[in-house]
Order: sequence, then C-alpha cells, then structure tokens
Amino acid sequence: MPQKQFGATAVNVDDEGFLTDLSQWTRDIAAAVARDEGIAELTPAHWKVIEFMQKEFRESGQAPSIRRLNKSGVVTTKDLYALFPGGPAKKAAKIAGLKKPEGCV
Amino acid sequence: MRRIVILGAGTGGTIMANLLHRRLDPAAWAVTVVDRDNEHYYQPGLLFIPFGFYTKKDIVKPRSAFIPKTVEFIVSEVDRISPAANEIVFKDKSTLGYDILIVATGADIAPAETPGMLDGWRDTIFDFYTADGAAALAEKLKAFPGGRLVIHVNETPIKCPVAPLEFAFFCDWCLRRHHRRDKIDLVYVTPLDGAFTKPVASRTLGAFLEEKRVGMVTEFNAERIDAAARRIVGYDGREVPYDLLVTVPTNMGSEMIERSEMGDEFRYLPTDPKTLRARKYENVFAIGDATDLPTSKAGSVAHFQAEILARNIRRAIEGKPLEPAFDGHSNCFVEAGNRKAILIDFNYDVEPLPGRFPFPVIGPMPLLKPSRINHLGKLAFRWIYWHVLLRGWPIPFVPSRMKMAGKKRPAIDRKTS
Repeated sequence: MPQKQFGATAVNVDDEGFLTDLSQWTRDIAAAVARDEGIAELTPAHWKVIEFMQKEFRESGQAPSIRRLNKSGVVTTKDLYALFPGGPAKKAAKIAGLKKPEGCV
Repeated sequence: MRRIVILGAGTGGTIMANLLHRRLDPAAWAVTVVDRDNEHYYQPGLLFIPFGFYTKKDIVKPRSAFIPKTVEFIVSEVDRISPAANEIVFKDKSTLGYDILIVATGADIAPAETPGMLDGWRDTIFDFYTADGAAALAEKLKAFPGGRLVIHVNETPIKCPVAPLEFAFFCDWCLRRHHRRDKIDLVYVTPLDGAFTKPVASRTLGAFLEEKRVGMVTEFNAERIDAAARRIVGYDGREVPYDLLVTVPTNMGSEMIERSEMGDEFRYLPTDPKTLRARKYENVFAIGDATDLPTSKAGSVAHFQAEILARNIRRAIEGKPLEPAFDGHSNCFVEAGNRKAILIDFNYDVEPLPGRFPFPVIGPMPLLKPSRINHLGKLAFRWIYWHVLLRGWPIPFVPSRMKMAGKKRPAIDRKTS
C-alpha cells in the first residue's frame, strides 16, 4: 500500500492520495492536502463540512453525497462548490481523510 | 396464517413472489404483492424506442401475468408503511398487516429536482427512462434538423448507469446510417470524471466515445437549466449549450418511502449490503433499485439478490442468523451500435474487467469488448426476462455470486495521482 509523507508522519493512502485509515488523519494533514488541492486556507466553513463528513463516515462507512450535505443543512450545494472548487464531494472527502467516495456504479 | 407483503411488482418484487410461492409452506404463509398499476415494463427495452427499434407495446405486459395464481395481487396506491404497526396504509385509508415486508418499489426519474428542467420538458428536453418519454423522443429525433445534441447525466446514482452511454453509441450509429451524422454534434455531459465510475471500464468506454466523435464534459453538476436560452448551467459556472437535451434526471426512490420516513436523501431504504435486511427494521427487507446499496441499479442485480434474499427470508422465519451472501454482483450488456454489444460483469469489490464469460477461454462472450454475440445476447434477453428471470428460474451458468474465473486485470489499470 502506498504511503504519503506529511512532515514527520507517513500515512497510508490509495493510488489517488485518499487516506485509507481515518485514524491516521490530523488537522495538519487536512491543511496540507487542502493546499495540494489548491485551497490555501481552511476556514471555519470548510471545517464545518469536514467535521460533518467525518461524523457521517463513522456512522455509515460512506462519505455523504452532495445531496446529503445540502439536505442536512450543513452547506448549500452552491456554497460547497465555492468552498471546494472543482469536484467538491471528492475534494472534501480527501481533505477529511475519508476513502474515495464510492462512485455509484 | 402469517403474511409476507411485497411492495412493488417490478423485476425484484415479481421474482420474489415466484420464489416465495415455491419455497414457503402455503398453509403457514400467505404472500401478497402490491403495486399501484398493472403495467410491467421491460426497462432494458426503453433504450430501443427513441431509435424506432421497439415501440411501447413491445416492452409492456400485465404485471398480473407473472404473479403466481396462489399469490394475492393488489393494485392500489400505498400511502405509507407504518413499520411500528407492521402495516401498510393505502391511499384509501385501508390497511394491510404484515409479518415480513419486502420493499421492491424501485427508482424513478425526478426531473423537478433540477430547477428549469421541466420548463423545456418534451419540447427541447427529453428523457428515455419512461415509455412516454422514449416515445416522445423518437418523434423528436425523426424531425430534428441538426445541431447540438447533448446527452446529460444529472446526478448519480442512476438506474442502469451505462444506458446514457448506450444512447450515445446508438445515436452515432443511427445518424451515420441515415447520413445525418455530420449535421449533428454529440456531447456527453456527466458528473463523473470519465465515462464510467470504475477505471478499467471508464477507459474502454471513454475511448469508444472518442472514436465515435462524442465530445465529453466531465465533473459537471447542473445547478439549473435555462430552457429559454437552451443551456445547462453548472454549479462551477460552466455552461453547456444544447439544441436538443436528452437528460437522465436525478433518480430517486418512491415518494411513499419518504412519506414513511424510512429513506435516505434519495428516498432509498438503508439496507445491509450483504444480507439485504433493512438496517433499522428486523422484519423489513429490500431488493433492487429501492435499496441504497453501492452497486448498479439494474435488473440483473435484483435477479442475483433474489436468490439470496429468498434464502435469508427462510432463515429469518426459522430464527437462524442471516447469510451475509450478497456480493454486489451486476451484469450488463452495453449496446455499442453496429449490432455489437459490450458485456460487463462486476461486484462490490471487483470492477468490470476484460476476459471471457461465462467460461474462461471458451466464453463464448467476451467481456469489456464489443462483439456480435453480446448484441445477440442482449436481444435474446428480452425473452429470457419474461420467461425465465421473472419466474425466478436461474440463468444457466450465471450464479448469484460473481465468478473471477475468466477475468483478467490489465497490468496498468490504475491512474497514478
């Protein structure tokens, strides 16, 4: 399994850089992944999304869908795109240390 | 006398009615099937309607014709399930109690979920996931003078995730046959990062789109549709103009599931991925598109689940632990045009891979590669569906759980980050 180095710590990641073990995640790792993804600074609005996604993931084993984030009242889809430009579901999951969202087949 | 109620007489519900009728003691268990209408559509046939290969009457039969005579079939609209009372409440306020409930209420398109989509509905915006939509699109395509035809997937998951790709392949083929291809630009718009969710199949199917000169717009999530200006507007500010939009709207489970407060954000029933029991209710099970499982929403999946679900319902009745046996097995023929089709076979863990099916080496069907025999397989499947699959008989050599034999993983099958 590939590993990725963040400062002094090495964490297990998949081929696309998604953490495979949420227990290895730290806020510093999140900030570093965010910078790699083109987000210079994680604001409280980002953290609200990240923490909700982690809570959902712990309960269901799955990263929540964009629809779920919107419906739960955590963040509107429009704001989610502004916070995590590009592919927000994937990007936010990567920063939150969740495994890559299972695209539904 | 105890009672099993099956809500929905589509693929999953009909197979379950047939299996349970054969396997449960009729003196101890009554089986009741409920649906709001008596029209069973062969849904894989919908794709063929816009191109004039089939009409509506080629793909519809009465649901009652496939329900065993000893199984009660009620045509009535359900208002909600009351899981606390173990009963179904109909729209007319009458109720029906159950000891075991099987939710087989499927998924449907929900165009109203996207602002503006209904403004151009069946004028410049069409679906092919309903018989009426597919028939209306057939008329539209005949008269379409040319321009930009956009094939659009609004949000995942969708039923039969390869159907919009098949639509693109068919479009290219039919337009070429009618010497109209150079008048029409084909564009494929998807929220995914490629043609399909899984890397090996995504590359193969993506290469097909390219070969057939279908433009791709990926990772596109529609915020709204401006029907007057004929453009899809994305959350990220991108816009895709169209002259004719063939969309797969957001798919959702039954509104009845929402009224029952049993569903997730897509109105799907949270279901254990291996036993097929509802996560929150001991005596409720689910099959097919109505579940929230991370596998394809496809008839083949319901068929593979049915055998496992029938066994688990027996075990539940006998007080035994359920078998965690379902592996997410899915199997689809993807029509590629030119009277060829691609066959894919996969499960929760193994993505669609090249190889031979159902037997290694001899096949006779190649996997993930277009061939005439796969196309003939798809055409033959309509007969198999009505006469073998709905009756709950096994399809020879195609077991419920996926087989790895015959599949080959390409040496470089993952993109590196």
